Amino acid sequence: MTVQRLTSVEPQWTAVIEPRTGFLDLRLRELWQCRDLILLFVWRDFVAVYKQTILGPAWHVIQPLLTTLTFTLIFGRVAQLSTDAAPSFLFYMAGTVIWSYFSTTLNKTATTFVANAALFGKVYFHRLAVPVSVALSNLISFAIQFALFLGFLAVYWARGKPVSPNAWMALTPVLLLLLALLSLGFGVVISSLTTRYRDLVQLLQFGVQLWMYATPIVYPLSMVPARFRWIALANPLTPIVEAFRHAFLGSGDISLLHLAYSAAFTAVLLLVAAWLFNRVEQTFMDTV
Amino acid sequence: MSTVISIEGLSKAYRLGAIGGATLREDVGRWLARIRGKPDPLLKIGEEHKVRLEGELFWALRDVSFDVREGEVLGIIGRNGAGKSTLLKILSKVTGPTEGQIKLRGRVASLLEVGTGFHPELTGRENIFLNGAILGMTKSQIRARFDEIVAFSGVEEFIDTPVKRYSSGMHVRLGFAVAAHLDPDILVVDEVLAVGDAAFQKKCVSKMEDVSSHGRTVLIVSHNMGTITSLCSRAVVLDGGQLVANGAASQVVVQYMSLGASTASVVDFTQGGRVVGDDLATLRRAWMENLQGERIRETDIRQPFLVKMEYELHVETPDSPFPNFHFMDERGECVFAVASKAYVAADDTPDRGNLPGVYVAECRVPGNLFNDGCYYIGLALTFTYKGVHLSFFERDALSIAVRDPVSDTLDGDRCGYAGAFPGPLRPRMDWRIRRIG
Repeated sequence: MTVQRLTSVEPQWTAVIEPRTGFLDLRLRELWQCRDLILLFVWRDFVAVYKQTILGPAWHVIQPLLTTLTFTLIFGRVAQLSTDAAPSFLFYMAGTVIWSYFSTTLNKTATTFVANAALFGKVYFHRLAVPVSVALSNLISFAIQFALFLGFLAVYWARGKPVSPNAWMALTPVLLLLLALLSLGFGVVISSLTTRYRDLVQLLQFGVQLWMYATPIVYPLSMVPARFRWIALANPLTPIVEAFRHAFLGSGDISLLHLAYSAAFTAVLLLVAAWLFNRVEQTFMDTV
Repeated sequence: MSTVISIEGLSKAYRLGAIGGATLREDVGRWLARIRGKPDPLLKIGEEHKVRLEGELFWALRDVSFDVREGEVLGIIGRNGAGKSTLLKILSKVTGPTEGQIKLRGRVASLLEVGTGFHPELTGRENIFLNGAILGMTKSQIRARFDEIVAFSGVEEFIDTPVKRYSSGMHVRLGFAVAAHLDPDILVVDEVLAVGDAAFQKKCVSKMEDVSSHGRTVLIVSHNMGTITSLCSRAVVLDGGQLVANGAASQVVVQYMSLGASTASVVDFTQGGRVVGDDLATLRRAWMENLQGERIRETDIRQPFLVKMEYELHVETPDSPFPNFHFMDERGECVFAVASKAYVAADDTPDRGNLPGVYVAECRVPGNLFNDGCYYIGLALTFTYKGVHLSFFERDALSIAVRDPVSDTLDGDRCGYAGAFPGPLRPRMDWRIRRIG
């Protein structure tokens, strides 16, 4: 009798709002529930940018093409850097495609909290929806650029140029996943810290530029003197870029050990990101 | 009826000061000093480390508890800074509580703003989907109610136009239309009724009544007592972050209206306790008087009264400061502020007012100025010899209830009209009404 009364009086709570104590609770189920929102964000980012522009989505092609041409001219022709015997245009294009995904995703996710303060201050949805949608919408432009790269690769290959696409190409989705998670991880770490330290945004802008030169984008890993190679390999992006180029161009080398390091680095980074994100998520509106 | 929201011991603290001064350099400097065993380089001399870290907390909400039952329309009232918005933000999960908890049953939709996340380049149609998803609807839910939303908003003709071409009224209507079709179990609304034209407001109000008549629960924050009494069954009053009243809406509104009169008619800072001011000057006390020199907290609408503030200058300054009074209405909106440098010596000759000593600033507020109601008076002292420097600003330090004895004024000032006059002021003006034809 008493038990029955207790159950009928005590309502079933569906949600409890309290000071967050969870350490690594990312509530991924909740994130999955707002997948429609994520897809709409992806669509918005893709569509809205090109409204009232003349060339529209063609910019996805023009940007990497111009960058690749510049690199080919400066680093290939003028500085005459080695490209591990691969055609220089393809060599730089491979690097540009990878790097532009990483840098645009990182740059945009790193400002998640500050740039969306007005929105986050008025309505709640899973805060990770924004960085995740950025990583996804950049995948679209990556796909366009990657298709362009494959087109050029096919032309070079048909003409008998020294390129040798090989079975490692099957690894591309894994490389892409690592790349996406790395940029997302770094982006979330930085955006969590920028709620307190605004200077990090300044640091990030040229930091990402410098980082590109610390990654074998405009030069092959084989050019790095053996003494300093460990520094280059400590960079989790190095094995990804090298593996990507090896798979499609046959240049450089692929090392599963180095890739495993990248994967481990990514895992640790994601843990740190989750922890930091959890700490600021509930109260960042008070400090932004 | 069962409880759908249970708020228990809810508190929210904001850290003051430390927020502005957080750059990486400062924190690294503090951290380096700590590992080298040196004192914090950013502390002011004599300041304790603990004070900087744990002091300077501002409690926007303090130990608030109440329940909301299913199907209830609850009004939340209080002046600006009373903690209403903070409570709403915690309910909406925009920010987290510091202590305590809120237990909820059912889906909550909060409307702190309409049209949140509208993208100016996208069309009305596209923005309905975007905004709906931001507010927690799925794509199929939005699609199912799309036509209703468009019809409710009244912007059918422009649905494929980018919202940047919309007027602000259309913007708001579209935003509210989406929000109105969320179908939540609990709806939390912040003053959105204050926007839009009268016809649209009416539409919003009837929509809210509709929501509550379907057994859903609504929480409304409003400054408009009319809205509260007409829409809400129950109301709570927040003041200084604490719950001070909770009961039937009409009763609570009356209680709230007279809340002002219950605060002190005299404030005194000379008896120890809090020091209001800085090295240059401190506030000693302040009060109000009628022309007979009696202390008052209530006045007749036609009678002039005096506001007096006693302060002390601690050092000689190159130029005298000016005392200023800020008059605020019940909603916390500033009606006007006045300042003066009319310094006089004991023999009524002009004085410079920059020497150390105790001063009394007296401001005569004329009769026939304020409307019927309660007003708060803020006390401040400002120096301008080296940029603008505020020695103290004690907001809402005093309050005065201005009463209109309707029976006396009905034939004169009120022209026979016994209802409420709008606005915070009701000055007596010079009028001539001539027949010219």
